[in-house]
Amino acid sequence: MNDSNALYQDAIKQFAQAAHGHGQLAAATGEAKLDNPLCGDRVRMQVEVASGHIAAVAHETKGCLLCRAAASAIGARAVGQDEAAIESVATALENMLKNETPVPAGWPELSMFEPARAYPSRHRCVLLPFRALLAALTESRR
Amino acid sequence: MSATPASLRDEFPLLAATPQLHYLDSAATSQIHRMALDAVVRHETTRRANVSRGTYRLAEAADLAYEQARQTAARFLNATSADEVIFTSGATASLNLVAHAFGGTLKAGDRVVISLAEHHSNFVPWQMLRERTGIELALIPVTTSGQLDLTSLPELIDSKCRLVAVTQCSNVTGAWTDVATLVAAARKVGAKVLLDGAQAVQHGPQDVRALGIDFYAFSGHKCFGPGGVGVLWGRGELLAAMPPFLAGGGMISEVTPQATTWATPPQRFEAGTPPIAQAVGLAAALEWMMSLDWPQIHAREARLCERLIEGLLRIPGLRLLGPEAQEARAPIVSFEIPGLHPHDICQVLDAHQLALRGGHHCAQPLLAALGAEVCTRASIALYNDEADIAALLDGLGFVLRELA
Ligand SMILES: Cc1ncc(COP(=O)(O)O)c(C=O)c1O
Repeated sequence: MNDSNALYQDAIKQFAQAAHGHGQLAAATGEAKLDNPLCGDRVRMQVEVASGHIAAVAHETKGCLLCRAAASAIGARAVGQDEAAIESVATALENMLKNETPVPAGWPELSMFEPARAYPSRHRCVLLPFRALLAALTESRR
Repeated sequence: MSATPASLRDEFPLLAATPQLHYLDSAATSQIHRMALDAVVRHETTRRANVSRGTYRLAEAADLAYEQARQTAARFLNATSADEVIFTSGATASLNLVAHAFGGTLKAGDRVVISLAEHHSNFVPWQMLRERTGIELALIPVTTSGQLDLTSLPELIDSKCRLVAVTQCSNVTGAWTDVATLVAAARKVGAKVLLDGAQAVQHGPQDVRALGIDFYAFSGHKCFGPGGVGVLWGRGELLAAMPPFLAGGGMISEVTPQATTWATPPQRFEAGTPPIAQAVGLAAALEWMMSLDWPQIHAREARLCERLIEGLLRIPGLRLLGPEAQEARAPIVSFEIPGLHPHDICQVLDAHQLALRGGHHCAQPLLAALGAEVCTRASIALYNDEADIAALLDGLGFVLRELA
């Protein structure tokens, strides 16, 4: 009955608490603010792109543990990647949640969100920071 | 007439079938009473036909049932006449209807006064009316406890003001609106008053004449009836002077290729096939509500609410939104726990069979005014009991241990 234990694994709590990448960039080349109208999760994501790759990423995230953990995972892992790589991680993550496909390659910590498969209304919380990152990257190209 | 909590719970099929469930989200949707559900099934299996259109006996029976539902709704509201009752798809549709039809009689510079405590359903339609016609939209501020701050009334409700449209009871804080003071201020300048009764109706029958108001809106799914149906009540002479909102079948007097004349209210405002069986089901729920001992139910709801608040205030750091005085609020209790997001709180509570809502509750301006973005809400209705409150307080203990 107490199956939410499975959802709130230590990994999620630790990532949320660590808040990797929390803050602002002085020389951002792209920025996006997205929110989830249902629950009020809100992410402001900034990127600095140099030669097609993410040189720095920072975010300010107000939201639930899932949203904050996902933003923190980005803070820990996104630097050095290009837009295509981020796009494929975001797609793979969405598939992992919706279609039970494997954890996105190169991002093993995203397995912490596997228990969220059972809660479709929470998928948006996990995906919001990735959508914000993609929007910031698009902005950066302009 | 008097009823015990257990017997009330048993009258709701979903609650009877899930004895382990602690349903504390009636402010979002109440559970449906067995009599309402039975009335829908009975109507659909014995009297299903369109209304105001057919002359065969089945259609006559459908007509009769639908018009009787209108009369029941009129009695529930103590309206002068059933012709003042318009069936809609819900409170949102009722509010939009007024914003369009009554709004259509307003001109640029006329003022509509709403409040910061409104549900988005009584906020956005007026913003849209402002865009369409150039009315002035003014906001009654709220106090730190979420009650309408009526000290602002002299500035807002003056000769420019044509309508005051406010909630009777906040869906976030439970704060009751001081309707008498608002109505007195509006009467002085000839302004009309609309009450959004969406949250009030599950706490008993209403008396629109005693309230002294001009429009009243509510939804069936929040007063133990089916979804997909709601009511707009309006004073007869106001409805008669209003143009239609939606156009279609059933709302005309005559259509010629050149021009159309409108039917009289309420048909003028019921374009298309109305939610017939839903209206019949709603009437059954209202009929049942009118048979209850409300002072007893209010005392019980208030006792549960008080016990919940007592327990919540023992949680370190917890911030309670809304009025402190028990009599100033309906049994709706919203709170924040520092560092914990309502979504996470509700998710853990769900694992303990507790249904609560977390988020902005479609009242972002109110939450912003209260210095909160999101909150967790427990709402108590007549089928809740001590066990629900105890389970919630225990559940919050789990939340604190699990999420900290
Ligand atoms: C105060 C208030 N007004 C209006 C509404 C809208 O009701 P509905 O969604 O049934 O149209 C609600 C629903 O939550 C409400 O609480």
